Amino acid sequence: MNTSMSGTGTGTGTGTGTGTGTGTGTNVDTSPRSATPMTIHPVGDDALLVEVGSGAEAQALHAELLRRRAEGALTVREIVPAARTVLLDGVDDPARRATELAATVLPPTPPRARAVIDLPVRYDGPDLAEVAAHWRVAEREVARIHAATEFTVAFCGFAPGFGYLTGLPARYDVPRRATPRTAVPAGAVALAGPYTGVYPRSSPGGWQLIGTTDAVLWDHARVPAALLAPGTRVRFVPVGDV
Amino acid sequence: MTDRALVVVRAGALTTVQDRGRPGYAHLGVPRSGALDAPAAALVNRLVGNAPGAAVLETTLNGCAVRPRSTVVVAVGGAPCPVTVGGRPAAWGAPVVVPAGELLDVGTARSGVRSYVAVSGGIAVEPVLGSRATDLLSGLGPAPLAAGAVLPLGTPVGPHARADVVPQPSPPAELVLRVTLGPRADWFTPAAVRAFTSRAYRVSSASNRIGLRTDGPALERASPGELPSEGMILGAVQVPPDGRPVVFLADHPTTGGYPVIAVVRAADLPAAAQAVPGIPVRFVAVRRR
Repeated sequence: MNTSMSGTGTGTGTGTGTGTGTGTGTNVDTSPRSATPMTIHPVGDDALLVEVGSGAEAQALHAELLRRRAEGALTVREIVPAARTVLLDGVDDPARRATELAATVLPPTPPRARAVIDLPVRYDGPDLAEVAAHWRVAEREVARIHAATEFTVAFCGFAPGFGYLTGLPARYDVPRRATPRTAVPAGAVALAGPYTGVYPRSSPGGWQLIGTTDAVLWDHARVPAALLAPGTRVRFVPVGDV
Repeated sequence: MTDRALVVVRAGALTTVQDRGRPGYAHLGVPRSGALDAPAAALVNRLVGNAPGAAVLETTLNGCAVRPRSTVVVAVGGAPCPVTVGGRPAAWGAPVVVPAGELLDVGTARSGVRSYVAVSGGIAVEPVLGSRATDLLSGLGPAPLAAGAVLPLGTPVGPHARADVVPQPSPPAELVLRVTLGPRADWFTPAAVRAFTSRAYRVSSASNRIGLRTDGPALERASPGELPSEGMILGAVQVPPDGRPVVFLADHPTTGGYPVIAVVRAADLPAAAQAVPGIPVRFVAVRRR
């Protein structure tokens, strides 16, 4: 029932240049390319769920789809990246888009957004000791490692303005708390699985809390309302005693 | 008093401001929201001369009562219910004049769940991301109505319709939802997929604007394992660990980690908005268009 279409390698080079941010010089990629293996699931009558092999590929696909939409080559109501997928909802011609997507060639790494958002953080979370134990480092090392990492917002969800940030190496994955908290304060900087997140407002939550930021993640009266959007690069800048 | 506003006298079980919602922000985690029975909301707007996307009131089961500070034209549609103005019976499904200071009472639904109340000029609370809709999942938009609250009204743009009572679909006695299977039907056993499209479910009383929940046969997964979070759409039938299908309605989360066995045809969602808890639900597999 799912129309699986693996890339055939016959697609034209529709990627976004090198996208690797390798600095100066011309924007020409000479590395060999192959079509990204992807599975395209029709969803209802006018949506497509495009499944790829990794989070990095999902980010690259998302960037490519945004580029096509900006060029007017794609009419779609929503483009929603997630862990391993990008959802296209409200697609004008789903069957034709599915065929085009199957021939898409993506750059090996997603193009990097230019701007970096610095989030001031106090590493004072109640789960620092538990995270340090998972990481097998001292508590103050958690702060040092986390603040030395450059993150990218892989996708958003859970609440308006809540971003799932990737960047930490896989060895720093942590489980969710066995018992979620009934109230996590707004501004809490937290870890779960491969992700870092910041709670835009107080809500229940099962992530491990390592710090606090005063940054306003979501303000619907502000333009843009969300401080973090998919593709945004983020650094955590320690303030106070670390 | 001549200011254009409504004073809430009786809020009812749950009455919210709704319009066509805020599509286009799902990538930021913002649900689309908006009227669950969108055709009913558009119709009552047309009856009072509003643009189809003007903000209206959406009631739940037992209506609401409001008092306009200036004379307005209103229309009540969606779930059929008694309507009174100043204690006197008035028409449902037609334009009705409510003089300044008189009480408009929208009564308990005779059938269906959600009645819609359009007021000439529309409810003019401050929009959030282009919409005045109350989103009960994320908390965006105005709070649900509470007695004593004052809702500003916009300026009427057009004359109200000349129509008498216009026909509206009756709320369903049995909810038949056409579905296209996937994207994650293969996460379930073939027997579970057959059960889903052949067995009877019932509308659960735990249903809300986020999802129509069902009671019925639990759907068995083909394998355990976890699905990484993926984007969700309106009408997606998500199956949580208890195995009972949930049809996502307007306030649904933008991403989710439970597999979606099928998606309900958009044309069938207004009936889902009017399905009273306890009535039978059948999911009928159809071909994708």
